[in-house]
Amino acid sequence: MTDIHKTIEAVWKIESTRLIAAIARVTRDIGIAEELAQDALVTALEVWPEEGIPDNPAAWLMTAAKRRALDFLRRGRMLVQKHEEITREFEFQQQQLADAMDQALDQVIDDDVLRLIFTACHPVLAVDGRIALTLRLIGGLTTAEIARAFLVPEKTMGQRIFRAKKTLSEAHVPFETPRGDELRRRVESVLSVIYLIFNEGYTATSGDEWMRAALCDEAVRLGRMLVQLLPGESEVHGLLALMELQASRTAARRGRNGEAVLLPDQDRSLWDYAQIQRGMAALGHARRLGGGAGNYALQAAIAACHTRVRRAEETDWERIVLLYDALMQTTPSPIVALNRAVAVGMAQGPAAGLEALDAVGRLAGDSALAGYHLLPCVRGDLLMKMGRFTEAREEIQRAIAMTQNLREQELLTERLKQIEKATLSA
Amino acid sequence: MPKYLLSGHQVDNYVPTPEDLAMIDTIHALNREMIAAGVRIFACGVSPAAQAKTLRAQPDGGVFITDGPYLETKEHLGGFWILECADMDQAVAWARKGVVACRFPVEVRELLFFPAPEESTGQ
Repeated sequence: MTDIHKTIEAVWKIESTRLIAAIARVTRDIGIAEELAQDALVTALEVWPEEGIPDNPAAWLMTAAKRRALDFLRRGRMLVQKHEEITREFEFQQQQLADAMDQALDQVIDDDVLRLIFTACHPVLAVDGRIALTLRLIGGLTTAEIARAFLVPEKTMGQRIFRAKKTLSEAHVPFETPRGDELRRRVESVLSVIYLIFNEGYTATSGDEWMRAALCDEAVRLGRMLVQLLPGESEVHGLLALMELQASRTAARRGRNGEAVLLPDQDRSLWDYAQIQRGMAALGHARRLGGGAGNYALQAAIAACHTRVRRAEETDWERIVLLYDALMQTTPSPIVALNRAVAVGMAQGPAAGLEALDAVGRLAGDSALAGYHLLPCVRGDLLMKMGRFTEAREEIQRAIAMTQNLREQELLTERLKQIEKATLSA
Repeated sequence: MPKYLLSGHQVDNYVPTPEDLAMIDTIHALNREMIAAGVRIFACGVSPAAQAKTLRAQPDGGVFITDGPYLETKEHLGGFWILECADMDQAVAWARKGVVACRFPVEVRELLFFPAPEESTGQ
């Protein structure tokens, strides 16, 4: 890629969201808005290498999009444009559209961006469609980049995005910010989409390291955008806090050879303390808004328990157990119960942890958790601490067989070696 | 995410014209846009270079303080932004907007080193 193309790509990444949002205010269809914005980008790719980058790239792109929008309208009207009256009506509409676009250009308002986010995360869409549209329209990622991040062929991702846009159009989803009770429900959908994007990057089940880091960064950025747009929603601050606190450990989560380093073993001097501060501030916001018991705020509070102490041994596990108890009240799930069992094991000893864990196992039964490698992994850890090495070994071996992630397999194999060593010295 | 310092350099003894005053609104608008885009970590303006103090280490181990800026130039740091961007290209794209908004030269540098608070380094 030449320098000018890299420049255009960078300009596109920072301008595209507001551009699409402003056009959508006029077209009321985010699929068409995105196509018009894309057309403007294609024009820029043709013109800018010849004429140089304009002083105000955002305004330039908007003007180009306006021209495309008028062409688009004209094409549609050509088919029915038979007599003068329609022509006059068309000219009137054309002028109206031009005026509306000029106005949109003058004041790209934050509300447009918020409407764009709500529309991309609309519940009428399948979850993977919401994620893809959000990354594409608000993240400014290309279809190829999104495909790379989610390990699917570019063509598949292209179809997913196309289908999502079609669904929105066919369902006549209005380009608006929901109100009242509907707002709460829709905010939840937006938050879950952003957190899914974050987790896809953070938990790295497999694949492209660089692209996954980009997903985390993008999710945090979306969270920061959203607190500006919805400053009164406590869970928005709660989610931002959770993501900032988790992301602050990124540099410490990989060892020199790329191996995973778990929380207790991390070099805490590698944590990003400016980011921790931002996470703590966001958590404070969520609490001041009365949302301290929200799902994301509670998870953030747990993350904060870890970031607050300088050594792993100083972790206040009793407090973490209490926070997990609260989380079990608001959003009970086998995963939360599993994490709670780990905390109980740390706070009250491995036997208590094992007891809590076996309760989770009974709860999970044949559910998805039954095939979840962390269940035998945690069980193995607890058994090892209790000196029941033979059982511990069996559990860890089961966990290895259950995960496809190479890094995790390495980590678990390392654990097996520790058990062998402990067995010998016992 | 990488962080970048975007520093704006102002001519000394700068007296804003009425036109420049209108520019302040543009700069405010850019700041709002940076915050809304989730990229701005910090921004500020600094006092004129004439009010600066410069400290230099002396061969005898002492410190010598003089009034005025470190560099004898006609332009000095006027203010800066700290942004989080995916890469240098995006930081430069924001800096381009900064130059258009404030008309001063803007220098972009990636921030590389973030010392941890002292209490967390003693493992």
